[in-house]
Amino acid sequence: MSRQCLPVSRRRFLQSTALGAAATAAGFLPETALLRAQAASVKIGVLHPVSGALSYSGQQGRIGAVMAIEEINAAGGIKALGGAKIEAMLGDAQSTPEGGNAEVEKMNAAGVAAIVGGYASSICLSASQTAARYDLPYVVDVGVVDSIVTRGLKNTFRFGPGFGVIAQTALDNLVTLNDHAGKPAKTVMVIHEDSAFGSGLAKLLNSQLPERGFHILETIPHPTPTRDFNNVVLKIKAQNPDLVIPANYYNEYVLLARTMQQQRVRPQGIYSVLGGAASSYKFVKEFPEAAQYIMDCNHWFDPKNPKALALKNKIEEKNEFYTYEVYMNYSCVLLLADAIERAAGTDRAKIIAALASSTFAGHVMPYGPTRFVDGQNQGAAPVNTQVLSNDIQVIFPATFASAKPVFPMPRT
Amino acid sequence: MLSPVILLPAVLNGLMTGAIYALVALGLTLIYGVLHIINFAHGALLTAAMFAVFFAYRLFGLDPYVAAIFLTPLFFMLGYGLQRFIIGPAAHGEDRNMLLVTLGLAVVIENSLLYVFRADTRTINLPYAFDVVEVGPAFLAVPRVIAFIVVFAVALSLGLIMRWTDTGKAIRAVAKEKLGAELAGIDVAHIYAITFGLGTACLAIAACLLIPTYYISPHAGNAFVLIAFTIVVLGGMGSVAGALIGGLFVGVVESLSGYYLGESLGQISIFVMFILVLLVRPSGLFGERA
Repeated sequence: MSRQCLPVSRRRFLQSTALGAAATAAGFLPETALLRAQAASVKIGVLHPVSGALSYSGQQGRIGAVMAIEEINAAGGIKALGGAKIEAMLGDAQSTPEGGNAEVEKMNAAGVAAIVGGYASSICLSASQTAARYDLPYVVDVGVVDSIVTRGLKNTFRFGPGFGVIAQTALDNLVTLNDHAGKPAKTVMVIHEDSAFGSGLAKLLNSQLPERGFHILETIPHPTPTRDFNNVVLKIKAQNPDLVIPANYYNEYVLLARTMQQQRVRPQGIYSVLGGAASSYKFVKEFPEAAQYIMDCNHWFDPKNPKALALKNKIEEKNEFYTYEVYMNYSCVLLLADAIERAAGTDRAKIIAALASSTFAGHVMPYGPTRFVDGQNQGAAPVNTQVLSNDIQVIFPATFASAKPVFPMPRT
Repeated sequence: MLSPVILLPAVLNGLMTGAIYALVALGLTLIYGVLHIINFAHGALLTAAMFAVFFAYRLFGLDPYVAAIFLTPLFFMLGYGLQRFIIGPAAHGEDRNMLLVTLGLAVVIENSLLYVFRADTRTINLPYAFDVVEVGPAFLAVPRVIAFIVVFAVALSLGLIMRWTDTGKAIRAVAKEKLGAELAGIDVAHIYAITFGLGTACLAIAACLLIPTYYISPHAGNAFVLIAFTIVVLGGMGSVAGALIGGLFVGVVESLSGYYLGESLGQISIFVMFILVLLVRPSGLFGERA
């Protein structure tokens, strides 16, 4: 063994300490930099599909997570660890479950304390399972499929609502909405993409809507991507339903809404459940006419929470859109940081225990204090939104509502 | 279901889509008619043209219709070069080899595109993409109407070139009797390359017409070429009129079956038709009897 193999030579050590002492004496280094030198940082895996078909959503999610980490670090890091900074290890799931798995393996090898993210249900399912093998805490940011939290994985926590809760809320609110307006809507057409998300939702609607007094005229599946909705819109025109329920991803949703506008098809209402674009500021800004009056049941921030509004301003100042991926990931990182704070360390079992007993309320979602039962946050619920004069307003539940619903939509 | 309010828009939509199919088939049938090879690189070249249009828009802000003015001659030269310097020499005068070389080219082009641009789907948003023209109860998107008109213009000028110009006459001579043409002093290798260039130029125009309403991915071109093969068989190998009418027909069939059978099943009838034509009239509607 030669002496050169040593990571820090005696001379180098003397040099750097002397420089450090000199710099401190001269007041060159701010206090936080010194703290960083003292406390080891805490590594967190931030996993999103930032390339491939879901890249837009993945990039939005990453923006939210990174912003939360920056804010925590600026506010003095993890105090229980002597102000240790959080260090984000960014991962790209490449829009596939295998891509997600590979990143989890890498993150585990790099010694992260926990992982946040996943976005798509399929990625969350496989990534959380891989993380479970290493007892690595995993906070799901969006993934709505119910089986994510019903597999009995101790490491997996979902902060947001699952599909069952969302669909239930959506249907209840639809009935309320229709009753209040004097039941103008009786017939429905469902347009859905033909993979797990859209087909699952279509199946659920087909079994639940007739029980609630709606007649489903037709259910039309389409592949993703679809670049021409003329035939679908012609069918809608021919059947003339009172209500159109689209269940598809962003691109197809926008195209469908624009083709309907182009072909001048105007039902009494367009009501979506987790609509790909229905409550997206991007859609509203780019195609205000096609988006007007569209209703959605989706993830949404608490419009009465000043922290949520401050975050909205901050994101918009960066010329980004304040989408649900942003604030859900932001909240998930805060939740995790709180757990690490209470666990007072990076021991994985302790972080899992701290998450399981979390009562964290400092997030920006309308969920109230966090309470996990079998990994699912019990307070998590979606809200109903409607696009009204170039903005997105909350119309249900009443406690968060910022506007009255406009239904049926005016025929102008 | 059969009311004219629905039927007319469906048929018109089919004609608009069919026009683009016809243009892709036109290039394919031209190359087949003269070189007697099936150009497997057609789809990959269409995809390459679509990427060229996309980047002309992104990097230089060129509207796809303006880009056509530059890309058409560029792709003509590309096609000419490919045939003259790669496919021709590599084939050593054997048709079978030519076929394999085009297949190899397709693999190389497609995978290079996949490597450079990943599998992402790209689109461009043009302000006029959703403007409509009213035809009775139908609302037709402006870019598709433009495409329809341009395809007819291209088919007409291609027909005129073939009929009246010396190059056109030479192309027809080579197609009919290669050895005789060579004896009459026609440079066959040059004519082959020109034909390949014309076929590739058709793809550049098709790409420019497609982009305003379609998406780009490294495999986008294949969907069109599969249909174009059907059209070439339907219209008759090597026939310009056959490709045009066959394309429009296939477009209407696809649109109507898409409407009645659903989006996921719509394309079935095209391939059923393909098999039927092969069984009943193998030479195609406008093809010469073999």
